[in-house]
Amino acid sequence: MSLMGYSYYSTYGIVAYLTTVTISIAALYILFTGDGTQFNPGAFLEQTSPYAFALVGVGLNIGLSVIGAGWGIWVTGSSILGGGVRAPRIRTKNLISIIFCEVVGIYGVIGSIVFSAKLGSSPTQATLYTTANYYTGFSLFWGGLTMGCCNLLCGVAVGISGSNAALADAADPALFVKILVIEVFSSILGLFGLIVGLLVSGKAAEFAVSHIIPWFGIMMGLR
Amino acid sequence: MEALLFNASGGYLEGVLRGFKAGLITQSQYSNLTQCETIDDFRMQLAATDYGTFLANETPPISTSTIADRATNKLVDEFNYIRSNSVQPLTKFLDYMTYAYMIDNVVLLITGTLHERDTHDLLERCHPLGKFETMATLCVATNVEELYTTVLVETPLAPYFRDCLSAQDLDDLNIEIIRNTLYRSYLEDFHAFVLSLGSPTSDIMSPLLSFEADRRSINITINSFGTGLSKDQRAKLFPSMGRLFPEGTSALARADDVDQVKAVLDGVVEYRSFLEGGSSSGGGGGAGANDGGVASLEDHFFQYEVGLNKLAFLQQFQYGVFYSFFKLKEQEIRSLTWIAECIAQDAKDRINDL
Repeated sequence: MSLMGYSYYSTYGIVAYLTTVTISIAALYILFTGDGTQFNPGAFLEQTSPYAFALVGVGLNIGLSVIGAGWGIWVTGSSILGGGVRAPRIRTKNLISIIFCEVVGIYGVIGSIVFSAKLGSSPTQATLYTTANYYTGFSLFWGGLTMGCCNLLCGVAVGISGSNAALADAADPALFVKILVIEVFSSILGLFGLIVGLLVSGKAAEFAVSHIIPWFGIMMGLR
Repeated sequence: MEALLFNASGGYLEGVLRGFKAGLITQSQYSNLTQCETIDDFRMQLAATDYGTFLANETPPISTSTIADRATNKLVDEFNYIRSNSVQPLTKFLDYMTYAYMIDNVVLLITGTLHERDTHDLLERCHPLGKFETMATLCVATNVEELYTTVLVETPLAPYFRDCLSAQDLDDLNIEIIRNTLYRSYLEDFHAFVLSLGSPTSDIMSPLLSFEADRRSINITINSFGTGLSKDQRAKLFPSMGRLFPEGTSALARADDVDQVKAVLDGVVEYRSFLEGGSSSGGGGGAGANDGGVASLEDHFFQYEVGLNKLAFLQQFQYGVFYSFFKLKEQEIRSLTWIAECIAQDAKDRINDL
């Protein structure tokens, strides 16, 4: 065991060490060759297109939510399958756990649909890089990231407690409802993520549009 | 973190195993069984449990050894089902469990060959979980070197034989030394493997294996009183793990009688009461062996082991449940055999000494 501990540290340690050294060398090089101002986070934020931020946010949202939902489903599902071999009565009742996991994915879809409704097209650089659009881009990014992470962890939590519920139900039917209460609390986490994400992106205006692309406009309820 | 990924490879099997565990015979079923008058009654009662109709094809009168055999076959079936559906590292874990039986089988075969017993007879008496190919060829070997080079080097037991190649010839005393040395290497190896699996498997399995090591040490010590085993040799047989290691085992190596062993056991709180009944001869409730004191020590061991095994089920997402379930099942088979024996021999007053 000590050998394995040593080698684990070594791999992780080497990677961390090399990363730190590389970054330090790059940073010091830039600094000492007089290009220190190249490192400019503010400019990065200003020059990155708000589209990039917004769309990455939407992608993270749905992606992480689905990972959470899927994770929860396979953790719970394998236990239900195993426990159902000897106690077939648990199969139908424990589908509730799977439904709780699935709901997490639905939260992600809802969030993404709401976010994507704020996407529009801006024809020129000038109309794109406005403060309102910056705000939209950032809020969709962080809102999406928040919702995605919340749903990921919620899905995992519901999955693990669902697996416990399945096995406990197989052993003693009276336990199922009690463990279900724990699962309910776990699934509220996803709801928190949804609420916060919607609030964060609630104030974001649509991307400024000067021409309205017909079908997109119809989808958004052309105003 | 193990909860995140355990179910991918072990979730189904854990569920199946817990289903098996739910089928272990309960207290109320045991009391029903103890009230049976005849073996047929016993069989009918068993049919209502998870055992079902496992004795259906036997013609009466059924002997207790048949019951034990059939029950063991059921255990083996369940074990093979789980093993065939498992993936690494669970497969390796289950394989480790079979090595203990393999060691017993190997020693059985060697002893039998020495005493010129029939090979078929011996092969049937081998524990099914410890079967491996080339077992039959063990019968032709006459000394350990030959044994090792011709047969055992291909089996998983090969590394354990390295420590005992110094045993010269095979005779009764040395067979036991071989068995205990093998078992000691096996336990240490298993323990190292379990620790490499990390928590929570190691949290559950480590006390179980430590207890097994301690139990071996105590048994070796007590059984070696009065035989020709020197203290050095005895000390080499103790596993270097367990709660009695290292002070306890060195004290046990120097012990000369049961009282000194008792003094050593006082060091560990849970073991203190194990030898309580030993000072009075023929302790009440002894399991019918000649030496009542030692027999109740065995009972204490079994009780403690069952307690530890039951605790393993309180945690999910670890491999300890697999080990514990099969140990509990074996204990159940022992209990059933005991009850059947009592019924068969009409010794109803001993029937509650489970």
